[in-house]
Amino acid sequence: MRRRTPAVWVTVAASAVVLAACSSSASSESSSSSAPASPAASAAASSAAPASEAAAPADLSGQTLTVSNWAGYYPEDLAAQVEKSLGVPLTIANHATNEEIMAKLTAGGDSGFDVAFVSGQYAQALNEAGLLEPIDHSKVPNIANLYPEATQLAFDPGNTFSVPYTWGTTGICYRSDKMAEPTSWNDILTPSADNKGKVTQMTTERWLALPALKALGYSINTTDDAQLAEAKDLLIKSKADLLAYDDTTFYSRLVSGEANEVVAWDGWCNYGTAENPDITFTVPSEGSDVWSDTMVILKSSQNKDAAHAFINFILEPANHAWVAENILYKVPNKAAMEEPGVQALFEQYPNMATSPADLLKQEVVVDLGEDSVKYTDLATEVTSS
Amino acid sequence: MTSTQTAPGRGAARRRALGARAVFAGPGLLYLTAFMTIPLLIVLSYAFLTRGRFGGVKLELTLSNFSKALDSTYLSILGNSVLIAGITTVLALALGYPTAYAITRLPSRWRTVALVLVVLPFWSNFLIRTYAWIVLLNSEGPVNSVLVNLGIVGAPLDLLYNRGAVVVGLLYAYLPLMILPVYAAIERVDPQLQEAARNLGAGKIRAFLDVTLPLTLPGAMIGAIFVFVPSMGNFVVPELLGGGKTVMVGNLIRDQFLEARNWPFGAVLALSVMIFLVVLFAIQAAIGRRINGGARA
Repeated sequence: MRRRTPAVWVTVAASAVVLAACSSSASSESSSSSAPASPAASAAASSAAPASEAAAPADLSGQTLTVSNWAGYYPEDLAAQVEKSLGVPLTIANHATNEEIMAKLTAGGDSGFDVAFVSGQYAQALNEAGLLEPIDHSKVPNIANLYPEATQLAFDPGNTFSVPYTWGTTGICYRSDKMAEPTSWNDILTPSADNKGKVTQMTTERWLALPALKALGYSINTTDDAQLAEAKDLLIKSKADLLAYDDTTFYSRLVSGEANEVVAWDGWCNYGTAENPDITFTVPSEGSDVWSDTMVILKSSQNKDAAHAFINFILEPANHAWVAENILYKVPNKAAMEEPGVQALFEQYPNMATSPADLLKQEVVVDLGEDSVKYTDLATEVTSS
Repeated sequence: MTSTQTAPGRGAARRRALGARAVFAGPGLLYLTAFMTIPLLIVLSYAFLTRGRFGGVKLELTLSNFSKALDSTYLSILGNSVLIAGITTVLALALGYPTAYAITRLPSRWRTVALVLVVLPFWSNFLIRTYAWIVLLNSEGPVNSVLVNLGIVGAPLDLLYNRGAVVVGLLYAYLPLMILPVYAAIERVDPQLQEAARNLGAGKIRAFLDVTLPLTLPGAMIGAIFVFVPSMGNFVVPELLGGGKTVMVGNLIRDQFLEARNWPFGAVLALSVMIFLVVLFAIQAAIGRRINGGARA
């Protein structure tokens, strides 16, 4: 669903100057900041003590970890960091899409993966298929670092099988020097004369439907045929004013001036802002979605203690802050978002400062089971019309 | 080949011949069986199964995937793909045949240079070459800025994100696949045949139309297939140059596997395209036989 590759370019291009200083200071702080950030650890008296010390807890010896994540969605030296901190050898496989990792995890038998990064609604589907190990909170004391809102996401209240890694919303990314701030999804669906042919929408099915569903006042998780038909008609009409469907390079179209306003994920709009400060993100008044990419542990894992320790390691404020600083996504980790390196980004990228309470005013994307076919059919009918 | 031998010798020879054939053909056949037939059988069987919620298939037999494929949405996508691939093929023939003809008329050392130039684009990545078209043709790109600055057009033209852009991209991608077989066909034509035609009073054009063209048509038809088949299946060009607003059957099949998690329906669509192409090959072969027969008579 979400394709990460451009994040790599951004890490190189956008953040080279500003962030190099921040991330190096952040990583030097990592050992000192992790200890006070997880007071729950000592109370839990579990084997998964704060993982910041070079010496690994004894019971992880002999364990190894295989993790699948989106390419460019984690530090390049993550394996070395984890091995140093936990004493567990880590192998990282990359996937390009949720579908790709889902295919591997649901092929039957032991997939060989201990931990996988998938979007929330996919974690929900994996759990319903009985493939996920319940998260043992006593082994992940750093879960206390999460915002309270991040523990109550609709696809998994209480983090019973998933721990959020990043979260955000979908809105309109626009050129503030070329147009007034869009306030409604109708600014995308029926753009003003100046913006006709200078609009892009997303093509991935749930996000293709989102602007129309929200403009009509419906839920983004609706399975009502009449509502979907109404949204379909609106989307087909909107094609007349559409430059292209695009969910990978929309922000570069804003930079080049090809487009004035595009449907965008908040984090990806930041990649445009990095190149041109006039590129701004806004969420239309009708509301939008909350998406979250999560970490899950596979039931088939032979290394569940190490898997828990790995998630705990990611939730260390300094480690989790790396994601916000380099991917420019919000992370649901209060302690990480309070790191100075992350705070320093808020002025340039205001959507990173969105409070969890404000974010959660939007609707959380959930898995629709068999009804997800309806969104596929809608997307096919709209794009081929 | 063993029919002239006596009975006992024949059996041994046949066994030897069979053994030799097995040794020569075995690896190739094994490869084809393993990597062509078995996946094809999997595709065929998936077409009759039910969509698994997380991708894959459930072992419940159904024909609903076939009835879904007959829905007007999907038929119109197939029709659209045939139209785009067909236009691309006709244009490739119109551009490729004269190019190939011109190359055969070059001095031999320049012929090699020309052929290398034809395949040169294949040395760089297809995706990057397609992206280059976006850079060239977009509303802020060099083509439009030249046109606007020279006062030829008042406002930037919409050169991208429509069917025309898809045809341009496909034509660019597959034109070499037309030029090469046509070149091979023209080069094989014995120059003495044309001389004979000229000696018998035919003009240059007449000699070309009556001698060279019929003899090279089979090569042109092979080129046409080489261009048409990958054009039908391409999903990168419609997505990038068509801006996703033009859906071709390749996009549809890709999406069934990578987004919709509807493998059985993807299998049905893949089979439909295969059947369509087999029919097309059969027609091409029939026409080819008639042309060859005519040439001999």
